[in-house]
Amino acid sequence: MSKRNPDYENSKWQHFAKWCTGDYDPLEGKMEIKKPAKSNNGNSFAVLMRKMWFDKVDQYELGQNKNLSLFNKAYIGISIILGIFLTILLLVTVSYLPEFGNANAPENNEVAKRYIEKGLEETGAENIVAGMILDYRAFDTFGESCVLFVAACCVLMLLKSDKPEVSDTYYEPGRSAILRPAARILVPTIIIFGIYVVLNGHISPGGGFSGGAIIGSGFILYLTAFGFERAGSFLSERFIKIITVLALTFYCFAKSYSFYTGANHLESVITTGTPGAILSAGLIVYLNICVGIVVACTMYSFYVAFRRGSF
Amino acid sequence: MEVLRIILLLFLIICAISVSFSKRLLVSVVIYMAFSLVMAIIWLILESPDLAITEAAVGAGVTSILFFVTLKKIRSVRTETSASDIK
Amino acid sequence: MGLTVFTNYEEVAAVILFVIGMMNLLLQANLIKKIIGLDIMDCAVYLFLAAKGYIEGRHAPIYIDNITDASYYINPVPSGLVLTGIVVSVSVSALMMALTVSLYKEYKTLNLDEIMMKLRNEESEELGKLTYGDIMEEEQ
Repeated sequence: MSKRNPDYENSKWQHFAKWCTGDYDPLEGKMEIKKPAKSNNGNSFAVLMRKMWFDKVDQYELGQNKNLSLFNKAYIGISIILGIFLTILLLVTVSYLPEFGNANAPENNEVAKRYIEKGLEETGAENIVAGMILDYRAFDTFGESCVLFVAACCVLMLLKSDKPEVSDTYYEPGRSAILRPAARILVPTIIIFGIYVVLNGHISPGGGFSGGAIIGSGFILYLTAFGFERAGSFLSERFIKIITVLALTFYCFAKSYSFYTGANHLESVITTGTPGAILSAGLIVYLNICVGIVVACTMYSFYVAFRRGSF
Repeated sequence: MEVLRIILLLFLIICAISVSFSKRLLVSVVIYMAFSLVMAIIWLILESPDLAITEAAVGAGVTSILFFVTLKKIRSVRTETSASDIK
Repeated sequence: MGLTVFTNYEEVAAVILFVIGMMNLLLQANLIKKIIGLDIMDCAVYLFLAAKGYIEGRHAPIYIDNITDASYYINPVPSGLVLTGIVVSVSVSALMMALTVSLYKEYKTLNLDEIMMKLRNEESEELGKLTYGDIMEEEQ
């Protein structure tokens, strides 16, 4: 093993390999925010560190390091040039696109035509979008509901705190003369409207996602007005976990059954019914309810996680 | 109808620019809320009522509430640390 | 090259909003404003998709009087895509806000540059070394 290049350690390739593994940083020591000179008179390093930690931002004057300020200026300039370049590029692309509202544009192809012409017959849903996302592409929507559930779990994990924070009730309105009477009227109205939007998802605009968000905001208003003790009595962590997992499991099994019977031409128990009735459109009503439950619980648990860290 | 479309889209762009240049974070969040609400109207003009109702509930409602709660949490952390510094 | 730039208002606005959101991501130091910038970028993409699905003079994709003629309704595919996108974007922003709150608890600032600087100082303190700034001063 003879080294041909005696200066192998300092060769460019070696630097590149080290940079890839993270051992070497060419900008090390050149792009740091330096500590100001005046705080350096005779202080020990530990005192300096504490100063840097707790003192105000003005201590780190950016002008202390010439390289850094130069880098910042170059960064801003390059960003603006990139933005202008991207704008021009995308505008040129837009100029080649078909006209707005043109029926003969290539994206209005046989897929959309098939959905519209056969949708009523095959799914029984009057809302084509609901029939599309909850029947033809139902597993996609299932994955999305799982994304919501996982996001809620992640937020709860990140913001988990064992002791309830003292300052949580610091900014609360307490016995507000406006909030509570208004909430007494608004909360039932909002939740009933949300249930209406969920149940009519297949015959009018709406559906599980929007209705679930409306129900969730109703819960949030209830929690804000009446506090954690009253809201936690029925919206506990255990209840929300059980109901979300049940909804997701029901969704998964119902749609698997539907695909199985549909693919093998078996007789399905659930028929499409007469279009326009509440209990029509096969599984779409039940799937909408499941999605609505998942979304409402997710929105509520986001809010609870941000407010207190735990239920 | 064309004039309305142009006015709404201009409003969107003005909102997006003023979000970046506003000094206070609370103001930025409120401007973003207005942005979402105008977006909901644009969905309605584009004949997509499903999107309009979802954007009004999710974009203008829940996202803004989450931003407000985040700002509140940050402020409570700040007051806690300043109180402990005094001690 | 067509001249549809002057008639496709929605697409042009989507492009401008996208670039504004990206400039927010690149140039803002504040984490909350970065999150809002990402949301604006999301909205721009949705606006572009929905504008592509619109057809002049047609109706919303909800059956009226059981008419199943494809030339009566707009294209429902972009609506379905955007509907799922909007709800995912809210969970993404909630996750980012949770991360921001954790960062603020640790470093007591929302400015990304300061967070990076404190992180570097923390690392060098753990290694028992001087800060990089001190090394530079010694060299001078």
